[in-house]
Formats: sequence, structure tokens, C-alpha cells
Amino acid sequence: MIWKSEWKPLLWIVSGFLVAFYLPVGIPRFDKAIMEAFHLVKWYAQEHVILCLVPAFFIAGAISVFISEASVMKYLGPAANKFVSYGVSSVSGSILAVCSCTVLPLFSGIYRMGAGLGPATAFLYSGPAINVLAIILTARILGAPLGIARAVGAILFSIVIGLLMHFLFRKEEQEKTAVAMSVPEPEIKRPLWQNGVFFFLMISILVFANWGKSDSSSGIWYQVYSLKWMITGLSALGLTFVLYCWFSIKWWKLLLLIFPVAVLSYLFSSIPMIPFVAGAIGLSIITSTDKDEAEEWFEQTWDFAKQILPLLLFGVLIAGLLLGRPGQEGLIPSHWVNWAVGGNSLWSNLFASVVGAFMYFATLTEIPILQGLIGNGMGQGPALALLLSGPALSLPNMLVIRSVLGTQKTIAFVSLVIVMSTICGMIYGALF
Amino acid sequence: MKSIKILGSGCAKCNKLYEMTNQAASQLEIEFEMEKVTDMAKFVEFGVMITPALVVDGEVKVSGSVPSVEKLKKLIKS
Repeated sequence: MIWKSEWKPLLWIVSGFLVAFYLPVGIPRFDKAIMEAFHLVKWYAQEHVILCLVPAFFIAGAISVFISEASVMKYLGPAANKFVSYGVSSVSGSILAVCSCTVLPLFSGIYRMGAGLGPATAFLYSGPAINVLAIILTARILGAPLGIARAVGAILFSIVIGLLMHFLFRKEEQEKTAVAMSVPEPEIKRPLWQNGVFFFLMISILVFANWGKSDSSSGIWYQVYSLKWMITGLSALGLTFVLYCWFSIKWWKLLLLIFPVAVLSYLFSSIPMIPFVAGAIGLSIITSTDKDEAEEWFEQTWDFAKQILPLLLFGVLIAGLLLGRPGQEGLIPSHWVNWAVGGNSLWSNLFASVVGAFMYFATLTEIPILQGLIGNGMGQGPALALLLSGPALSLPNMLVIRSVLGTQKTIAFVSLVIVMSTICGMIYGALF
Repeated sequence: MKSIKILGSGCAKCNKLYEMTNQAASQLEIEFEMEKVTDMAKFVEFGVMITPALVVDGEVKVSGSVPSVEKLKKLIKS
């Protein structure tokens, strides 16, 4: 027996055995938590995937193909105007940070070659919080106020944090390395306004397809609600027109897409999800069989879907197991949650910020987890505090940040993030 | 002998660029060596901010996108 190589499988088998031996099946809390996890997954699958996630993936894919990162980076170079660079770095996360793995290289680039410490830390704070997918899903699942507060809070406080970091370390702002940024000149394929129309139509599909029913049955919001599928359909029709005119997709392919979708929406006028799925499938077929940028668009979309869906499924299962659906309990008793992050005290906001800062949330999984916490009595303020500090920091990425900034600046940054997220949470909690 | 470097933090896009560049270079039937650079501090030396990036003989050819194999062939040759 060669123990040197065999101890690993032995360890796995023994721990697997111990888990099975002490498996808490039959204990009501555990059994219920398992059911909760499946209920939550089902609810997500029915409510959020088709109308919300699918169009969101297409939008995220389009952003990474049709918006040139280089055109943004030129505002973050060493010669850039300081005011402009703070402004740009605080909002550019929405288009630059679609994939979480790009945040850290960009941050180190902005710090070392570009606009310096202030804008770099501003970007690092807001980037992961304001990427399109995160904002869309937060607004959809946790409610529009929290989604908007997350975006606004991240942008405003990133500038504050950037300025404070710059102020704290103004003396040792390092000399810029002589290496110039090499950003290839972007190819301009169509004017900006055409891209603008393209994105506007896609966002309009997303927003109106998910338009919630308002409480009253009159007034402007109810009017919009009753017309939502009409507006969604017209936006989709507009989108096919845009694809024909500016993306040189063959007209007969688009007609083959429009015709079945129109027939299906007539046949199943009470189940709009059916024509919606047909449209999404059609668009996928057309774009994926194209040769040009449309194919690239689909590939990016597909990459996002492949990358994010498993993480989200896993996150929802864990959230359901630990916290249950809103109003139900999972493994963690409600009063623990209430004790730690209930209400809007300084303590609960601070607790949420600190936990958020150190814990690692895989892309977007912070949302189902927060949904569970809110359902168990977490306050709105602490929820926002966690949303702000969570994606920006985690123990693993603190180590990477330390390798770029050094220990002192990293500690300053982490403390600032915790303090600012706490303050932001308290303000929001007091207002709502 | 061409020296080809792929800069990236190990995300899906970076691996794809590596594979496609490898394919393109093999099709060109030239002598080349390929290297993956994952250390972010090294990106700075090339002036690259947006990954993945392709560096051929010390010159940045691609940054932030994954071009087609045909396009990569041209970029490696030039």
C-alpha cells in the first residue's frame, strides 16, 4: 500500500461515509430545507429565466461585441483629464465588466499605466456592482428600488472612495511606468446612433416583457401594463428591421423568423411566453449561422449563458437550502438572520458590509442569497450594504489587489469599502 | 521562429484565443513557440489593459477580442 498517493481517495471515501452516516434526513427542518431548495429553483426557472435572463444574456453579449472597450479606455489613460477619468471609471463598469474576470486586469492596468490610484479604485468598487446583468437581475428579483439604489450607490460612492484613496496616498502616487498603453484603434462599423437604436430596442423588449402589474387598475402604469406585450412585440419587430438594415442579415431569414412568431402569438395570445421563446430560438438560429459580427454576438451570448447559468442554479439551490423561499425557513433559523441583519441599526449595516466584503459570491449568486435573507427578516439597508460590498471584494480578490497595490493601500481600500457601504446602507434603510 | 504570447487571466475568452491562435499558426506552417502569460504584472510590460491579448514578437496585435482564425493568420504573418 502506497499511502503517499492513496491518502487522498481514502480521505474522500471516509468523509463521504461520515456524511452519509450522519445524514440528517428525517429531521423536519432538514427535510423542509431540501424541499425549499427545489421550490426555489422551480420558481426561478418559471419566473426569471425566459423573460429576464435570456434577453439579458443577448444584451450582455451585444455589449461585449458591439461596444468597443478601447473607446472607453482612452478616457482612463495617463493623459486623461482627472475629472473625466473619475466620472468614466465610476460608470464604465456597466459595459467593461460584463465578465467578472476582466475587472482585476483592468483595475491593475488603470492603476499602473493609466489614470492612477483614484480612478482605478473607483472602477474596482463600482465595476462588479453595475454590470448590466447584475443590475437587471437585482431589479427583477429584489425590486426596482434596490436595483436602482445599487447602481446609484455604487457609482456615487466609488467616486468618494477613489477621491479618498487618492487623498490618503497623494504623496506616494508612484511615477508612471514609461510603457504606453497599447489600445488598438477600434474599427468603426456603424455610427453610434445606430448602435444606440439597437440597444434601445433590446432594452425595451427586456423592460416591457417584465413589466409588473401595478396595484391599481387605472392610471398610466396600468395602461403600460395592459399594453406590455404590444410594446414588446413592436420592439421585437423594430429589432428585426435593425438587423436587416444595419447588420446585413438576409431578409428572407428574418421573414422566416417573424412569421412563426406572429402565428404563435395569435394562437397562444394568453401565454406570451411561447412566442417569446420561439423568437429567442429564431434569433439564436439566425445569428449563430451568420458569418460576420452577428455570429460573434451569438457566441458571446452563449458564453455568458454557459458561464453564468450553472453558477446561478447552484447559488439558488444553496440559498434555498439555507434560507428557504421568502416567508419560509431553511436550515438557518429566521431569528438568527433577524438578530444579525434585521432592522437598520449601525450594527446590522456594518455586519452586512463586513460579511459582504470577505465572502466570495460567484457572479450574480449574491442575488438569490439576498432574496433569502430579506425573506427571513433582513432589513433593506443592510441588504444594500451587502450588495455594495459583496461583489467588489472577497478574500481571494483582496490577495490579488494586495499584489497590485501593496498591503497598506489594500487595507485602506477594504476599510473604505466597508465604511462607505455601511453609510450607504444606513441612508437607504432610513429612506425606505 | 515566431514567439507568440497570449495574455489573459485564465478566463474562457483567453483560452479560446489561445486555441484559435494555435490553430492559425499551425495552419500557416511556420515555426513558432506559444506561451500563456497569466501574471497581471506582466501585462503592464506590454501595455495591455484589456484581456485577452495576443502578442507576436513583442508587438501587441489583439487586445480585448477574439478574432477569427483567418484574421489571426494575417495578424501573425504581418
